[in-house]
Amino acid sequence: MKSPAAANDEAMHLSRPLPDDEELVDQVPFHFDVGRRTFLQLLGSGLLIAVSTSEKSNAQERGGRRGGGQAIPVAGRLHIGKDGAITVFTGKVECGQGSRAELTQAAAEELRVAPDRITLLMADTDTVPDDGGTAGSRTTPSTVPAVRAGCAAARDLLIAAAAKTWGSDPAGIVIANGSATSSDGSRHYAYADLAADEAAAQTLGDTVPDDVTLTVIPEWKTLGKPLARPNGPDIVTGTHAYPSDITRPGMLYGHVLRPPAYTAKLVSIDLAAAEAMEGVTVVRDGEFVAVAAPNSWLAREAGAALAKSARWETSPHPASNTLSEHLRTTAHDLPENPHAEETAAAKTTVRETYTIAYVQHAPMEPRAAVAEWGADGKLTVWTGTQMPFRVRSELARAFKVSENSVRVIVPDFGGGFGGKHSGECAVEAARIAKAAGKPVKLRWTREEEFTWAYFRPAAVIEAEASLDVDGKLTSWHFVNINAGGNGIDSPYHCGKKHTRSVGADAPLRHGSYRSLAVTGNTFARECLMDELALAAGTDPLAFRLAHLESGRLRDVLVEAAEKFGFADRWKNKAPSVGVGIACGLDKGSYVAACAEISVSENSIKVNHVCQAYECGKILNPQNLVAQVEGAILMGLGPVLREETTFEGGRITNAAFSRYAVPRFADVPTLDIHLLDRPDLPSVGAGETPLIVVAPAIGNAVFHTTGRRLRDMPLRLG
Amino acid sequence: MSTPITIQFTVNGKPREVLSPPERPLLEVLREDLALTGSKYGCGEMQCGACSVLVDGRRQFSCRMPMSSAAGKAVRTIEGLAKQNAGDQGGTESLHPVQQAFLDEAGFQCGYCTCGMIMTAVELLEKTPAPDDAQISAAMNRNLCRCCAYPNIIAAVRKAATIAEESRKSSREIE
Repeated sequence: MKSPAAANDEAMHLSRPLPDDEELVDQVPFHFDVGRRTFLQLLGSGLLIAVSTSEKSNAQERGGRRGGGQAIPVAGRLHIGKDGAITVFTGKVECGQGSRAELTQAAAEELRVAPDRITLLMADTDTVPDDGGTAGSRTTPSTVPAVRAGCAAARDLLIAAAAKTWGSDPAGIVIANGSATSSDGSRHYAYADLAADEAAAQTLGDTVPDDVTLTVIPEWKTLGKPLARPNGPDIVTGTHAYPSDITRPGMLYGHVLRPPAYTAKLVSIDLAAAEAMEGVTVVRDGEFVAVAAPNSWLAREAGAALAKSARWETSPHPASNTLSEHLRTTAHDLPENPHAEETAAAKTTVRETYTIAYVQHAPMEPRAAVAEWGADGKLTVWTGTQMPFRVRSELARAFKVSENSVRVIVPDFGGGFGGKHSGECAVEAARIAKAAGKPVKLRWTREEEFTWAYFRPAAVIEAEASLDVDGKLTSWHFVNINAGGNGIDSPYHCGKKHTRSVGADAPLRHGSYRSLAVTGNTFARECLMDELALAAGTDPLAFRLAHLESGRLRDVLVEAAEKFGFADRWKNKAPSVGVGIACGLDKGSYVAACAEISVSENSIKVNHVCQAYECGKILNPQNLVAQVEGAILMGLGPVLREETTFEGGRITNAAFSRYAVPRFADVPTLDIHLLDRPDLPSVGAGETPLIVVAPAIGNAVFHTTGRRLRDMPLRLG
Repeated sequence: MSTPITIQFTVNGKPREVLSPPERPLLEVLREDLALTGSKYGCGEMQCGACSVLVDGRRQFSCRMPMSSAAGKAVRTIEGLAKQNAGDQGGTESLHPVQQAFLDEAGFQCGYCTCGMIMTAVELLEKTPAPDDAQISAAMNRNLCRCCAYPNIIAAVRKAATIAEESRKSSREIE
């Protein structure tokens, strides 16, 4: 099956490496006093600092409009009201990863104001710049600098305006607490004064350079320090409106008729029973059948009436118990090991196959959207997505309207993990709303989320490596079938290396996931390294160190091993517990973990995870620890239990009662060691801490049981 | 389709009357009829705890509690925890100790599970005022957090116990 549900989603093409890192990078050229009208309506008059939205949209807009240079599309990065209120705009979303705090810190730092002075407006496509999707750990390395640059420009403007007003040298002016102070301390000029001084903004606008100077680390007052999520009070009081909480006047609740299997085609249906229900609107457009009703109970009742009369035709679909075989036999261009010569000359060759099951993100908030068509034909959709601008495009394409006729608003939502890059629920809600002539809320059920959302791709990984008489790697051959090439390159010294990612006939719709293929590739590589260490007659830490140059990866490996006491605990094996180690890198950050596990009655219990992690200069240590811990614990699920199973085109465990994600009882002792590197740029940390959990545990299982588990989830029984 | 009936109960101390089919889940009545959206849908099968509310002081999974079972009962939701400060013109609230502790300890990431976590912790601390980590973990184990903010949630519950104990002490001293 070619994933029918993914037909309208460009991100979900099968059989090619997945665009986990795909991102538009903000170019940050500044244009002042452009596009003010919208903002004046929204925020009142004042100073607007805008940025061009993206290279791509620049080109499109320029081509589509007359007047050449006048038509550079801009979106506001920052607005300062005459009352001194500061609003910062970003296309990034907040779904638990901490972007709201971090981007608030970035703005506060450069404006030299307290973070609570900043209002951060996120992910409303009518108002914010397209900062690219919230994916690939890109907020920290690309959006933080973009926000800082915009805010630093405003700060420079404040200094220049103050200097001009006072007729003094800008060099002596100090900015603190949102105000410029003259060198003798006698005069003050606040952001509110700047916003009120339209002439200053107008005349100075042209003189602000593109290459603004960012605040250097030793002078940081806000960045580099903990900052709690700014809207935390709304979270703990239940007042924050998640996408599924949004309510509109006259709103109805939607329900979509789902096929009983992936391959099912609708043969016939009788709409009469549902249509006869009071207040119920039935929508049918080919295979798409849905209802809208005054509450979700009635919507479900009407949906059940539809399902009862629906007749479907199904065709065969592979089952999960033959998945590995299916992927191997349908793999496209599976390459041979090109290192036959090295293998023949080697003292030892290890050749193994590793498999990774399909798993799902299962965010606490399933997909949800509220869609409303305005009298002017404009469509507004509130939804939880990591890709607000991509979903806007998806909606525009679906309804054949211009992107300007669609507004996507993304309230802070309930979890993404790479699982909410697409807008299918938004399209469905808008489709029902259009037919019903009223705003419609559609919130997927857990079963729908587990069935019709996308999955982390399953993988079969074939690996073969050889060693010489000295226990040094001489060849490395590593092929990932189906899951992609992220993190496939081995960091270890080796004479000849060959890595490839090939596609296969994927039975399930797949897409991004926290760390995506890096987890599987790291699992296979780090388990193979353990097997090779054994073959070389050395310990797993020494074997890795012997093949690693000095540098960031080695640093975290040594740190984790020392803090955990790995060498000693591995050698002097304690009864009934095993220890394992693994390291890896992704998206510019470096991680190593040691795990201690125990086994009883074929069940693996993780007792302790000690992780060392380095992601350049740390921007928010409190949030970073939370991300690292969360990633480790989330990572335990697909190691120990999580596996999407399917048969006959149906997901057979589409419920939390049958798909067991980590719970409180699974939490081991966590020991996190962050390496702060002020000499290195900050990179994102929401994903990479996850990648070493599986191999560290797999290696620990071998250490205590002597059994090498090569299939995720790891099962002894 | 069953006929709607009139059901009376109290929510956060206020008497409420709704017209609803008796099988309709309490969660949907709270969210859709009473506009109390703090309680969330997460699974619909009592597995995740995002819908947790207190009914006559006991934690219930409102996603599977039929309205007929809520009749005549006292329901407490996240919206009823904070105290409105009397005489305060600005309408400010004093957070419940458990809410304050979740805020202080950053006991959430996306926060979608938080209201259910807080309600479950409120029930725990009312029964067991000074729980150890194992008791916290056991009492909270039916609540899921996919961000896996579990360590901070445990810290928050521990902190809430401390805040509550301190406030008990200080009120004894005043007496």
